[in-house]
Amino acid sequence: MTSGAPAPPAAPAGHPPGQQRPHPSLGHRVLRLFLYQRELTPILITAGLFVYFAIRAGSTFTDQLSLSSAAGYAGPIGAIAVGEVLLLVLAEIDLSAGQVFLFSAWVNWWLYSEGLPVWLSMSLALVVCCGVGAINGLITVRLNVPSFVTTLAMNFILYGLVLIYSNYTQASPVPLSQYASPNGHVSFAGQVFGVWQWSEILWVVAIAIVAHLLLTRTRFGVRIIATGGNLVGAAEAGVPVRRVKVWAFVLCSFLAGLVGLVDAVKYGSLDPGNFGVDYILYAVGACVIGGTALTGGRGTVIGAFIGAILIGILEDGLTLIGVSTNDFFVWVGVVIIFAMALNVQFDRLIARSRAA
Amino acid sequence: MSEQAVETTPPAPASAGAALEVRGVTKRFGAIVVLRGVDLVLRQGEVLGLVGDNGAGKSTLVKILCGFHQQDSGDVLVGGERVRFHSVEDARGHGIETVYQDLALIPQLPVYQNLFLGHELTRMGPLRLLDKRRMRNLSRQYLDEIRVRVPSIDAEAEQLSGGQRQAVAVARAVRAAPKILLLDEPLAAMGARESLLIIELVKDLAASGRVSIIVIDHNYAHLFELCDRINVLQGGRITTDQLVHETSLETLTELMVSSYRRELDEISDDGA
Repeated sequence: MTSGAPAPPAAPAGHPPGQQRPHPSLGHRVLRLFLYQRELTPILITAGLFVYFAIRAGSTFTDQLSLSSAAGYAGPIGAIAVGEVLLLVLAEIDLSAGQVFLFSAWVNWWLYSEGLPVWLSMSLALVVCCGVGAINGLITVRLNVPSFVTTLAMNFILYGLVLIYSNYTQASPVPLSQYASPNGHVSFAGQVFGVWQWSEILWVVAIAIVAHLLLTRTRFGVRIIATGGNLVGAAEAGVPVRRVKVWAFVLCSFLAGLVGLVDAVKYGSLDPGNFGVDYILYAVGACVIGGTALTGGRGTVIGAFIGAILIGILEDGLTLIGVSTNDFFVWVGVVIIFAMALNVQFDRLIARSRAA
Repeated sequence: MSEQAVETTPPAPASAGAALEVRGVTKRFGAIVVLRGVDLVLRQGEVLGLVGDNGAGKSTLVKILCGFHQQDSGDVLVGGERVRFHSVEDARGHGIETVYQDLALIPQLPVYQNLFLGHELTRMGPLRLLDKRRMRNLSRQYLDEIRVRVPSIDAEAEQLSGGQRQAVAVARAVRAAPKILLLDEPLAAMGARESLLIIELVKDLAASGRVSIIVIDHNYAHLFELCDRINVLQGGRITTDQLVHETSLETLTELMVSSYRRELDEISDDGA
């Protein structure tokens, strides 16, 4: 048996000799494109919505005011969704990121009120956000508390802290007065950090690009996918899975906190009654719409950004064509379910397309 | 009884040409004695099959060899040197790699990234950008060299067949240049053509002198195809040690059954 006829050297499984794989047809190739470029579907839907509203509402939809209000809806959702995707790929979740988004501006305001220069108060606020992320991560990996629970609790804690230290009174975020130069013009830094109407959405675009490159081009990104795709296998291969998770929580909080600072300046007031969960639910919805499953191992940052834009356009557009805001929620729900069902079907098709 | 015998025996010189030697290894979990003094020799460049029923101690022995468990008594020698593993990393440091059945790969990563997982090649220093081109080239080269074929180096592991996945997992373990490779049921749930792929790979690896291999399985037919020698683990001891070309499936089965009967008799004697 062992010393028998040597098997032909080329015996690749799945490719029986003389049985060439059929050349994929055009329909097949299009399907494959949609299967592996998950962003494509939400991009088409978003474009479709844009065209629809542009026709229905005309220039009231396409003018600058309307578009900037769509960007205003999409900005916070996108900022949180970009970080959230990394955690969803890890098969974890951060429900506190929405509250971190709000908390960051409060910390900035408190520190500034203590007399710190604004650059320092902003930097320290971001350090605090990173700390919140680190605590989320460490509790999750060290105490084995599911991240759903860890971050749910963190959301309440941060909300409570804001209520306690704000005495439940509104505040105006620091920078506006700081950023005004003597001649009454807002400084360049002020424009960048939220005064200019497009600044927030551009920050989101920037962090989306960075996070996308991080996930697809760096060692950290591969390790995120590996940890989320096969925790045991990744650990056996030498991936420091716990450290990867903690850093992803830190990054998610940092990104939410960063854009949170910009958002506060943009709106010019801080309301202690704002609840972060409102944001986080949209953000997770945006991730799902963008093609990220919640099962880990797969996800797209660009998709999450597109998902946020889609929600922004939907909210703005429905308002403009005179549909009540109540309808908006129904539509968001329908889109999320549709997107998730599509994702699940796509995954099944991928599994079925295995060689063998 | 065997435990004391082992402890009082002075360490004998290592068997010539042994890549791995196990001497009188015992292990108990609470009141349950799983290994009662296992003696086993893995020769340089051979494929040794380790077979036994569920509960015979197979997986416990493997977990000791890969550093997951520690033996209560007895010795493990790698290349004639006495070693004691305190962790999986420890065993790895001594050149022992383990491939667990179908657990090793990341389904969502392409083949070449799976091969480099945990040892990714990067460029631009602290940015740690993946050097995809270099990893692709090296992967292609390396898989060609050990004659592992996959549809594409860029195919996600999920798209591979079971045999291809197993082959890639073995390839990755061998890339770390281990002295000893432990394969846990490498042919499980595999068709004939698939099995052939792995059998060729394992034999090639052993023949090239790269590694000595222990294959763990409960399927005798698999082991007859894969191995040079077969050891049978029964009741926490090696009861049979046979060269494959000197025995047959029937003989081995008979040997096993008779020793199984003997064991049953012993138990009933003890009980009487």
